[in-house]
Amino acid sequence: MAKETGFKSWKELNFGIAITTPGNAAELKTGDWRSMRPETNKEKCTKCAQCYIYCPDMVYSKDAEGYYIQNYYWCKGCGICAHECPVDAITMVEEVD
Amino acid sequence: MSKQIGIEVSIACAEAAGLCDVDVIAAYPITPQTHIVEHLSEMVADGHLDAEFVPVESEHSAMSACIGSSACGARTFTSTCSQGYALMSELCYIAASLRLPIVMAVANRALSAPISIWNDHADLMYARDTGWIQIIAENGQEVVDLTIQAFRIAEDPNISFPVQVNLDGFTLSHMIEPLTLPDKAEVKKYLPPWKPQFKLDPSNPMTLGAVGMPDVYTEARKAQDEAFKNSLPYIEKAWDQFGKQFGRQYKPVETYKTEDAETIIVSMGSISETAMTAVDEMRAAGKKVGVARIRLFRPFPVEAFFTAVKGAKNLVVLDRANSFNGGNMSGAVALEIKSILYDRKHYPKVGNFLAGLGGRDVTVENFTEMVDKVAASKDAGVPVAYEFINVRE
Repeated sequence: MAKETGFKSWKELNFGIAITTPGNAAELKTGDWRSMRPETNKEKCTKCAQCYIYCPDMVYSKDAEGYYIQNYYWCKGCGICAHECPVDAITMVEEVD
Repeated sequence: MSKQIGIEVSIACAEAAGLCDVDVIAAYPITPQTHIVEHLSEMVADGHLDAEFVPVESEHSAMSACIGSSACGARTFTSTCSQGYALMSELCYIAASLRLPIVMAVANRALSAPISIWNDHADLMYARDTGWIQIIAENGQEVVDLTIQAFRIAEDPNISFPVQVNLDGFTLSHMIEPLTLPDKAEVKKYLPPWKPQFKLDPSNPMTLGAVGMPDVYTEARKAQDEAFKNSLPYIEKAWDQFGKQFGRQYKPVETYKTEDAETIIVSMGSISETAMTAVDEMRAAGKKVGVARIRLFRPFPVEAFFTAVKGAKNLVVLDRANSFNGGNMSGAVALEIKSILYDRKHYPKVGNFLAGLGGRDVTVENFTEMVDKVAASKDAGVPVAYEFINVRE
């Protein structure tokens, strides 16, 4: 559980709740309360990187082919990427599971 | 060699902080704490104490500066009371949660309104739930000793919580008493340099006081609660070592003639000396009375307290602040004690008296009156809930 979510037991917390590892917020799963998930249609996508630029949670990264893909571990489903995509390649799909 | 001198207790408190080689003092003056801060300011200005004195613009800033300096690993001292405490209280919770070993002397004073610069325990009780260790002095020597011990307690890696040393405003803070200021080399031996577990350091960056989402807040509180609960034996250890080195013994609860007492007066602070005088007079008149004085209020020494009072049929519990709970018990001390007794299925009569509010004297006669009232109520089978003592009808 802890490994998957990044949450720690009270016994593992640093003394005084000090954060000693820079950037460790990345370990925290912020994508577990999303109700809508962005999905990219690669046929429409022009690799313009607007989704990458606008995403407030650094969810997008470039793959080998140059497409920008989502990391759902962090994606909260805010929909900004879908809203900003100039060619409507990103659609918000309901999370069902 | 240390020798006994006549000195104002506030000045002695400042000197004690100086003996502990404090690095930073950030404080704002407020009656009746003023002399503590003034004297520390003079000590720094005159070159007698190698420390930073930060003359802040408010108590809120005082505690903010203290949190900053303590987080950087500096031994930090401040002092306040009453309205000043109320203003800084927001930061006090943070100091405790960040486990910063700040020491603060509080020259206990009533809270407004009406405006009162005089002594009661309203500020002490205001601080009750902040997560600070709260220790209450009875006399000038205790103020000196507790101030020195406070740094040792606060900085113990098994404790690492801020400590509040409470001294009654005016009745202690402005008294000139004969007392012993320990030798600096001895204090140094008792109080080794503080080695913080974490500190703000540009070469090893870290974050203190970050946001805690609902996912982590409960764990943070649980960790703090466990550490606070576990601090009691280490506080007692610090006191035992002080006793061995300086010859003055300190315990969480002090008792006076309680062994065979039918009625025990439960008190805190300087008023306990009047209570002991009252006990001597009542004993001379054939009444079996004693005093249990709570020196450590947070963490509350449950076992030590219960051991001290379990033989008594009647308890006279003094509360020097009103907590307005609207129920049948209006003092925080009495609420504490009643819950302990309930848990142990032990039911003496408990009379709760609101006494000495806003500087009102509590006399030997008042103590006799309280003891008689609770004893009488038992005989009549009527429990005493609470009442204001020495109030004009």
